[in-house]
Amino acid sequence: MNTDEHEHVIEVTGLRRVYGGGFEAVRGIDFHVGRGEVFALLGTNGAGKTSTVEVLEGLAPPSGGRVRVLGHDPHAERALVRPRTGVMLQEGGFPSELTVAETARMWAGCVSGARPVPEALGLVGLDAKAGVRVKQLSGGERRRLDLALALLGDPEVLFLDEPTTGLDAEGRRATWDLVRALRDAGTTVLLTTHYLEEAEGLADRLAILHQGRVAAAGTPAEVTAAQPSRISFELPEGYFVGDLPPLSALGVSGHEVRGRLVRLRTHELQRTATAVLVWAERARVELRALDVRPASLEEAFLGIAREASGAGGSGAAGLGSESAPGSGSERAEERVV
Amino acid sequence: MSNGVDVGVGARGVGRGPVATPARRMAALARAELTLLGRSRSTLLSAVLVPLALPLALRSAVSQMDLDDVGLSVGLVMLPASIGFSLLFGVYGALVGICTARREELVLKRLRTGEPRDAEILAGASLPVVVTALVQSLVLAAACTVVLDVPAPEAPHLAVLGLLLGLVLCAALGAVTAAVTRTVESAQVTTLPLVLLSMTLSGVTVPLELLPDRLASVCALLPLSPVITLVRGGWTGDLSAYEALGAVATALAWIVLAVFAVRRWFRWEPRR
Repeated sequence: MNTDEHEHVIEVTGLRRVYGGGFEAVRGIDFHVGRGEVFALLGTNGAGKTSTVEVLEGLAPPSGGRVRVLGHDPHAERALVRPRTGVMLQEGGFPSELTVAETARMWAGCVSGARPVPEALGLVGLDAKAGVRVKQLSGGERRRLDLALALLGDPEVLFLDEPTTGLDAEGRRATWDLVRALRDAGTTVLLTTHYLEEAEGLADRLAILHQGRVAAAGTPAEVTAAQPSRISFELPEGYFVGDLPPLSALGVSGHEVRGRLVRLRTHELQRTATAVLVWAERARVELRALDVRPASLEEAFLGIAREASGAGGSGAAGLGSESAPGSGSERAEERVV
Repeated sequence: MSNGVDVGVGARGVGRGPVATPARRMAALARAELTLLGRSRSTLLSAVLVPLALPLALRSAVSQMDLDDVGLSVGLVMLPASIGFSLLFGVYGALVGICTARREELVLKRLRTGEPRDAEILAGASLPVVVTALVQSLVLAAACTVVLDVPAPEAPHLAVLGLLLGLVLCAALGAVTAAVTRTVESAQVTTLPLVLLSMTLSGVTVPLELLPDRLASVCALLPLSPVITLVRGGWTGDLSAYEALGAVATALAWIVLAVFAVRRWFRWEPRR
């Protein structure tokens, strides 16, 4: 990874985004992406991912702070930036009555240095669907068409807003392979996702956004390293947490008890796990539903969501049903500039 | 999709298409829009057939009017009326539907992420219906000339100017109206005010010459009035330079206003 200052293809400094109604979706975030890096933005609903990406794509100016893509302001200097970027929105829009090939041809006419249409469709495995109307495509095929259009101009920087949402497992894997191949060929990729395994497996570095701020950032290993591992089990009837050795002596940094279920958090997984199992063996206790889990991105993510809900947020960990964060009526207030 | 994908990035710039110029981009968008026009039965019906059929329906009404007093003939009412229908239904009404449909399908938002500028996107979308209406107007003018014995225009440049101003104005007004149109179906309602107002008070069906003077002078300021005045005046040759300039200025003022409104209020993505 080249982290040379000049090779920062994307630079975000103190970015803020405030919508018409006064809602502050992005509250001062900083990150940068080097050439040839895959960078993932993770976040809960309304964390500010799409609001951030829209500024990088040049769809909206920042309300505050500074954004540079390939050294230029993507909004004010769009003519310098657009020919070198490819964009896949969270929800692509294509006329439903055009065929796949007609859609790609229209897009190719709008792109400098476009690949031949069959080549672009081939990249995403849609060549066999060239003559099919867009309205007859499945949701996953539509996502792949969107990706093909983003790749038509052979972009140096690719913005992918939830590229695999709606894809089946095979399609998802194929998209990952494609993103890796693009990265290996030098393309810089910024993607948003709410699939943690996608970020973990694909991203060189990532940032977890929460309520418009960067809650954690770094390589997947760095972000997870800061998180505790987890041990959970059920104590049999008649046993209580107090029967265990003192938790602090086991290296436990936090615990929860819900009925019979005990959940321990630790930064010393082996030590804590050993102590718990040794105690159980000596006390002749059977620990049911024993689950020992090293720190993961999921844990990091849930930890951030948990802190948030503890701080008054409600059910911020709603990962499964991500819609367009910040796509409320505020955003519809935007105008032609 | 295949594994071990060859993404062809190494060949960047080799065997690739040309740089996208504004003209090339608009041509690509217009071509797609023309394909869509051919596939939309309802747009074809309202934009192509209605303007051709309405003059037939209007003819008997026009022949009842007292036209001799104001120096007009059935042909000199029918011809500008036909062009007015073509502008109102072929350009204005059709574009409200097209802009609304593309916005609701998120096509406009997707296009804005690419190289085309906002004006190019709207121009590309408008081009097919504008050209269709231009051809339609010429066909209708020719038909009126032959069927209704309309003499050759005395000041053709005024008629041409009026038609061109009308095409631009109706395209811009269509985009403005799309901003307040939520669905393609509701376009039938949102387009009614301008269509009815223009048909009755802009001289499309009832010549302004037949209205009381004071009303006529107010109606002359409506959006489509200067267009009809210029087209009719182009055929009769009765328009003084002062009147012609006034009509051109009124039309230009409406165009400026409409373009401003588009820049200010046009919606590029659906309300949610």
